[in-house]
Amino acid sequence: MKSGANMALLIDFGSTYTKLRAVDLMAGAIVATGQGPSTVTTDITVGMQAALDDLSAHMGGLPDFRHRLASSSAAGGLRMVTVGLVKELTAEAARQAALGAGARLVGSYAYRLTKADLEEIVALAPDVLLLSGGTDGGNSEVILHNARLLADSPLNCPVVAAGNRAAADEIRGLFEAAGKPLSVAGNVMPAFQELDIDPAREAIRQIFIDRIVHAKGIDRAAEMFDAVLMPTPAAVMAGAKLLSEGTMANPGLGPLVVIDIGGATTDVHSIAAGEPTSEAVVQYGLPEPHDKRTVEGDLGMRHNARAIVETAGLKQIATDAGVSESAVEGWLADIEANVEILPGDAQREAIDRAMARAAITIAMKRHAGSVRIVQTATGPVTVQQGKDLTRVAVLIGTGGALAHAADPAGILLAALGDDSDRTSLRPRAPAMHVDRDYLLYAVGLLAGVEPDAAFAMAMNGIGITGGENEQRDTG
Amino acid sequence: MSLVATGPARGRKLVTGVIGADTHIVGNRILSMALEEAGFEVIALGALTPSEDFVKAAIETAADAIMVSSLYGQGELDCRGFRDMCIEAGLEDILIYVGGNLVVGKQDWTDVERRFIEMGFDRAFPPNTRTDDVVAKLNADFAARAASGGIAK
Repeated sequence: MKSGANMALLIDFGSTYTKLRAVDLMAGAIVATGQGPSTVTTDITVGMQAALDDLSAHMGGLPDFRHRLASSSAAGGLRMVTVGLVKELTAEAARQAALGAGARLVGSYAYRLTKADLEEIVALAPDVLLLSGGTDGGNSEVILHNARLLADSPLNCPVVAAGNRAAADEIRGLFEAAGKPLSVAGNVMPAFQELDIDPAREAIRQIFIDRIVHAKGIDRAAEMFDAVLMPTPAAVMAGAKLLSEGTMANPGLGPLVVIDIGGATTDVHSIAAGEPTSEAVVQYGLPEPHDKRTVEGDLGMRHNARAIVETAGLKQIATDAGVSESAVEGWLADIEANVEILPGDAQREAIDRAMARAAITIAMKRHAGSVRIVQTATGPVTVQQGKDLTRVAVLIGTGGALAHAADPAGILLAALGDDSDRTSLRPRAPAMHVDRDYLLYAVGLLAGVEPDAAFAMAMNGIGITGGENEQRDTG
Repeated sequence: MSLVATGPARGRKLVTGVIGADTHIVGNRILSMALEEAGFEVIALGALTPSEDFVKAAIETAADAIMVSSLYGQGELDCRGFRDMCIEAGLEDILIYVGGNLVVGKQDWTDVERRFIEMGFDRAFPPNTRTDDVVAKLNADFAARAASGGIAK
């Protein structure tokens, strides 16, 4: 047994693997990693024990860890449904809150729920439902209508009410009468065009800790960890935020973007204000969260490979890979027959690379804001919608397609904007890094208890040498 | 002494903004400030506001009236179907006002006003309208609606 007084164990219960990272808190560095299968659907302790055995083999025995913290995306992740009033306003604010909390959105609804909507929601059986609608003192009729329907429905998942304050008491009464779990949080849009998603985010996280961890059977391994703190995507975001903002002792890297390209989805996180870089630009639409996460459910290297090719165009993928279109079709067929498949030869690696590049371009474009020119009687005006990320200082890529690639930088470059498309406000010239060892979740978990060690671990592990914060003024 | 909101008009919620590809914000801002001063709650959308955004804002905030400004002569085009859009959105009875330089050229105001009333606006205001006139009309219209049982608070 080693002395573990200065060691932390960071666990991720993923959908495929149980991942472990052992960190030396003094050195701020990863000491060893371990991996086991994901066995949440049967008995989580089996995969966890296998991962611990693997880690122990690498470390020559397990120390007595000071912290043992976990995140989880197993058993389908944190499956959420959001409900709001106007699609582009409170319904969108609710979506942003759920995504920011690390949820996997399985349904989003606006206006009055219909019977068909309700049936759909019941069939989706979400882990948590977020109910919003109305600014404070604004419309309360629709959120009350929806609350009444939900309270009377067979749905029994915890509900977070984060809408019009004026309706909160009545909603609480409805759920109490129905004997259903409800948390009330601050309104996601307290005043018109004012976004305040942190209270809802925190309420969701609390439900995750208090109830979902148990509901998913993760607490069967409770003796092997201290706490499951958050869903994995929320841990990645917390890691990104720490790197961007720094600690008391370490200045942060400034505005930052993380792209996580997975087998089923591509996630993009931005930690940046994204305000217009020119005063002449008029901003339009709902203000966006400073810490923003988007999930592209149609862009995944294995489960959604065909969707990537269809969105980007078969011809473009074939051209970028330098192969024939039939070769791309052939590889897609093989992937669909077996999503665990590995390329195995140079041609298939080239197609995978082209698909990853396409997914990254599309995901980044959808995440970043855009500008358009509106002709007015007084001349042209530039209107910006969404975040301006052109001056982001750091871009970090992660996920299998980057971690295992021969030239990850060549793939990551596809995220950047250039003069050929001036309407897209994608990062232009950030410093680029690849999180090959999937450390960001561990950084995010550790950030709450040992921020300086977490920061050092990220800098060392991701190979960031500093000097990136020249452009941080836009943050 | 400026006019203030009285009786049923007090504390009513008004959405203001400049409709269409119109950047003229000054008059609208003065109106918004005056209305706030008079005791209304104002949700100011500012310049370059698409017509549907007035409606969306009114739904979310449960507004009592929408005040549309148009200064660049395209008002008639931009405001076409505005009442229908409110009806579609479930805001059948919301009070809607329009004002500014609504049309190009020298046209007879009574004719212009008639056209906007026919479009479903409750009131139309010509250039050089004083903010007090708007407050007076709001007081009268909210009082009339309260008397007829049309609105409740």
